[in-house]
Amino acid sequence: MTASMSQCLMQMVRTDYTMADYQSEIVPRWCTGCGDNAILAAMQRLCRDEQLPPEKTVCVSGIGCASRLPHYMNAYGFHGIHGRALPVAEGIKIRRPDLHVFVTTGDGDCCSIGAAHWLHAVRYNMNMTLLLHDNEVYGLTKKQASPTSPKGLKSNTTPSGATLNALNPLTVTLGITNVSFVAQAVDWIPDLLYEILSKAYHHKGFSFIRILQRCPNFMEHRFDDFVRDPSSTRILTHGNGLRLKPELSRVYKNQQTHDPLDLAEAFTLARLEHEIPVGILYNDPSVPCYEELRAGERPSTPALVETVLNEEFDKVGIWPDAAAAAQIGE
Amino acid sequence: MTSQSAHHTAEAAELPPTTVQDRKSGTGARPAEVLQEHIVEIVSDSGEGAQRCGQSLAAIAARSGNGIWTVEIIPAEIQPPPRSIAGASGNRVRMASHRVTNVGDEADLVVAFNEQVLLSRLRAGEVKPGAIILIDDCWANDPDREIAKNYEKVSAEVRAAGYRLYEVPMEAECQKLVPDPRRGKNMFVLGMLCAIYSLDEALARTQVRLTFAKKDQKIVDANIELLDAGRAWATANLDLRYEIPTPPVTEPQVVTNGNAALALGVVASGMEVCAMYPITPATSASHYLSAVFEKVGCVVHQAEDEIAACTFAIGASYAGKCAVTITSGPGLSLKQEAIGLAVMAEIPLVVIDVQRGGPSTGLPTKVEQGDLMSAIFGGHGDAPKVVMAASTIEDCFYSVITARKIAETFNMVVVILSDAALSTAQQPFPRPKFNADWLAPPVDQSAVPLESRPYDWDERTGIMTRFIPGQPNGMHCLTGLAHDRGSHVAYDPEINEEGLLNRSRKLAALQTTLRLAPVFGDDEGDLLLIGWGSTKGAIEEAVTRLRARGRRVSSLHLKFLQPMASGIDTVMRRFAKVMTIENNWNDPPDDPLITPDNRRYSSVAMLLRARWLVDVDCWGKARGQPLKPGAIEQAALAKLDKA
Repeated sequence: MTASMSQCLMQMVRTDYTMADYQSEIVPRWCTGCGDNAILAAMQRLCRDEQLPPEKTVCVSGIGCASRLPHYMNAYGFHGIHGRALPVAEGIKIRRPDLHVFVTTGDGDCCSIGAAHWLHAVRYNMNMTLLLHDNEVYGLTKKQASPTSPKGLKSNTTPSGATLNALNPLTVTLGITNVSFVAQAVDWIPDLLYEILSKAYHHKGFSFIRILQRCPNFMEHRFDDFVRDPSSTRILTHGNGLRLKPELSRVYKNQQTHDPLDLAEAFTLARLEHEIPVGILYNDPSVPCYEELRAGERPSTPALVETVLNEEFDKVGIWPDAAAAAQIGE
Repeated sequence: MTSQSAHHTAEAAELPPTTVQDRKSGTGARPAEVLQEHIVEIVSDSGEGAQRCGQSLAAIAARSGNGIWTVEIIPAEIQPPPRSIAGASGNRVRMASHRVTNVGDEADLVVAFNEQVLLSRLRAGEVKPGAIILIDDCWANDPDREIAKNYEKVSAEVRAAGYRLYEVPMEAECQKLVPDPRRGKNMFVLGMLCAIYSLDEALARTQVRLTFAKKDQKIVDANIELLDAGRAWATANLDLRYEIPTPPVTEPQVVTNGNAALALGVVASGMEVCAMYPITPATSASHYLSAVFEKVGCVVHQAEDEIAACTFAIGASYAGKCAVTITSGPGLSLKQEAIGLAVMAEIPLVVIDVQRGGPSTGLPTKVEQGDLMSAIFGGHGDAPKVVMAASTIEDCFYSVITARKIAETFNMVVVILSDAALSTAQQPFPRPKFNADWLAPPVDQSAVPLESRPYDWDERTGIMTRFIPGQPNGMHCLTGLAHDRGSHVAYDPEINEEGLLNRSRKLAALQTTLRLAPVFGDDEGDLLLIGWGSTKGAIEEAVTRLRARGRRVSSLHLKFLQPMASGIDTVMRRFAKVMTIENNWNDPPDDPLITPDNRRYSSVAMLLRARWLVDVDCWGKARGQPLKPGAIEQAALAKLDKA
C-alpha cells in the first residue's frame, strides 16, 4: 500500500513525459505508407506536448484499421466492437471528467455501422476528441466501398463502380444540433494535422476531425494529385483558428481567412469539390457539455443513498399503522 | 343466489328496490360476510381511470393490513377506441386476510364501465362463474340505438350465464356532482368498493388525497365527494357487504410494483449509471429511477438506441463502478454483441430484462418467460454470463444488489430476468433496512503493482483484478479480440483456450457458492414442480392446495439459472415425476405431429434434462397472462394421474 502510494505520488509530480512514454511495446502493424502512422505520431506528440499522464488518457476505438490505434499507445485503450466506440467513450466520460478521452474510428466504423452514434455524439457534445480516419474504403475486410467512397470506385462489392455519391462527413456533422467543433486535416501534412489535433484537444466539447488518409493498398492513387499540388489544398486560417507557420505558408499559398464561428461559410467550404479545405471549419466554444448538464449536484455518498432510499420507502410505506399514513395525507 | 337488477334511471335512484330497502335502516344492520380473500377487477375504457381506482383500492386495503396483489390490465395502444374489447384498461386487485404471492385465479367481482370491456374479461376467461358484476347502466338509454342494443344483449347474456349482474347508475349519480362523469366515475366506484368491502372511511379519504396530491384543492374535494357518494349509494342500494380480516403485521411494510423495486434496488446497490432506451414493459423502472437517481448524484442516460445504452453502460463500468442497462426482450437481442464484449473483456455489467411476449415485437405489454435461452446463450461464441430471475417484488429489489456484487466480484455480466407479471404488479413486503455493505466500494485509483498484468487470471477461480483508467501503471488496451494475460491481441490456440477456460472457470467458481432454496413441501413425493421467476407464488399456492387434498406434491424454485446450484438432481430423484411450470411455449405432447423426438420443451425443462439426464416434463402457457394457481393445480393433477 505504502509502495503504491509513493508510486502514485511520483507519477503525480512527474512532468517530463517524452514521445516514447506514449508508445506501447507493440510495433504498429499498419501497411507501409498507411496514413494511420501519421495520425498515431500526431497523437503521441500531442500527449507529450500537453504532458498528459498516460493513466489519465483513454483511447477508444471500434473495429477497422484505424481502430487498432489504441493498441499502439501507452495509455488506457478500449478496442471494442464495430461502430460503438462513441457510446463507450460517452460512458467513460460521464462520471470521469478527469480523463482525456480520444476516439479513433474509420469511415466504415463511424459513418456506416456507427452512424447513429456519430449523430448523437455531436448532439451530446461531451468533452472528447474524435479522429475520423477517412480513407474512403474498407481496409481490414479487404476493399469494399464505404459510405465515403467516391462514386464509381471499383471495389470487391462494387465491381462495376460504386453506385452512389459519397456521403460528406463534414456537411453531415455541421448540420447536427449542438455541433461545436469541426475540422479537416490530411495525413500528408503532419504539422497541420498536429496543429488541428491540438486545437481540437483544447476545445471544450465534442471535437470532430475528419482526417483524409491514404490507403496505399486499396486506394493507391486517390490523393496523389492533392499531395503533388499544394494549391489544391485550401488552408483555413484565423486568429481563432489555425495560424500558419512561415515555412508552411510558403508551400501552401492557397489560404483563406475563415472565422470558425461562420457556419454558413463552413458549409460552403465543406462542399468544395476540387480542393481540400484543411483547418477549422467550425468552432463554437459556448455549447454546453452533456456530462456537465448531467453532473449530480451532490456527490453520491452512502449517507445520501440511505437518506434518499428511506425517503422513497416512506412514500410507499403502509405500516406500522393507518394513523401514520393518514398524517401524510393531512 | 339469483341475479338482481338495480337498473335505475336518475329519478328511480331515489327509490331503491324493496329487496335492499330493509337493509337501509340503521347503520351496520346487516353484518358483513367474512371472506378469506376476494379478487376484484375494475375495467374501463382507456383514460376513464379504472387503473387509478384499482391502485387506490389496493392501497387502502394494504394500509388496512390486508395482503394484496395487483395487476394492471393494459391495452397495447395509448388511445384505443372507446367501448372496444381490445381497449379494456384497468386493474385486478387480489385482497386477502393473508399474504398474497400471486395474481390468483378468476375474479370474484368485476366493475365494468361498459359492456364491451366486460366482454373482454369474460372472453379472456378471467371471471369466475357466478361472479358479481357491477356495470354502468347509462348505456341502456344511449341515444345511439346500436349501443343500447349491444348493452341489453350483453346484460341478458351475462344474466343468463348465471353471473350476479348489478346495473348501477354510475354516470347518473356522478352527473349530480361533476360536469363530466367520465372524469369522476372511478372515485365513485372506489367509494362503492370501500362500502362493499367495509374499508375504513377516513383511510379511503386519505388515499384519495394522496392520489390527487399534486392537483388543485378543488379537484381533491370533488373526488372526495364522489368517493363519499359512491359509498353512500352502495350502502343504500346494494346487498353486498364483505369483510376481509386483516392479519397482524409486526414490521413496517412498503408496497411497490416490480419495476419500482428494481429501480430502488439499483439505488441501493450503489451503481451510479443506468443507460437505457425506452421499451415496454421495462421503461417504468427507468422512469422511477430517473426521478430518484439524480437525488443521489447518479445518472439515467436515455441513449439513442439499445446498443448505445449497453455500450454506454459498459464504458461507464470500465471507467468506474459497475453500471446497469434495463431493457425488454427485443432490446436484449440488440445488446447481445455488446454483452459479448463485456464477457470477453471481463467488464462488470448488470443487464435487467423485464421479459414480455415474443418473438419479435410479440406481446409488448403482456407476460411471458420467453428470454431465458437468449439470456444464457444469446450471443455468439462461448460467452459465459450469470443469469438470475426475480421471483417476487421484494426479490426484484434484492436481486439487483446481489447482481451488482457478483458482477463486480467476478468481472462478469449478470442478467436479471423479471417479467411483465412482476413489473406492474404491486405487493407489500417488509421495508428494507439500509445496509452500507450493499453499496459498491469506491473506484480504485491506486497505482497498479509493477509487473502485474490486466488479465492475471487466478488459476483456481479464473478471477482477475481489473485495472481502471486513472490507475498508474495499469495502462493496457482492452480488446474484444482474443487476448493474452497482458491484454495483447493473440490468435495463438493455447492463449485462446486459456481465456475461454478462465472465463468459464469464473462461472464454476460462482456455482460452488450457490445454495439451493429449500423444497416447498416434503423432500420426497410423487411430483416435483420446478419453476423460476415470477411464477413462484402461483406454484406454491397450487402446491399448498394439492397437499391439502392429500397429494404428495412439492415444488422447487430456481433463483440462478446460469449457473444452477448443486443438488437439484438429488432433489429431482426423490420424486416419481418432475415437471417444470413455466410461462412460455412448449409443444403440446398430444399434438398429432409432436413426438418425443421433436417435442420442444420449455426453457428450464430443456436445461434440466440436458444437465442431469432426468426425464423432466414441462407444463406451461404462453397466453400473455400470469399463470394461475388453479391452472397449475389442474396440470399437476393431470400429471399425477397420468400412467
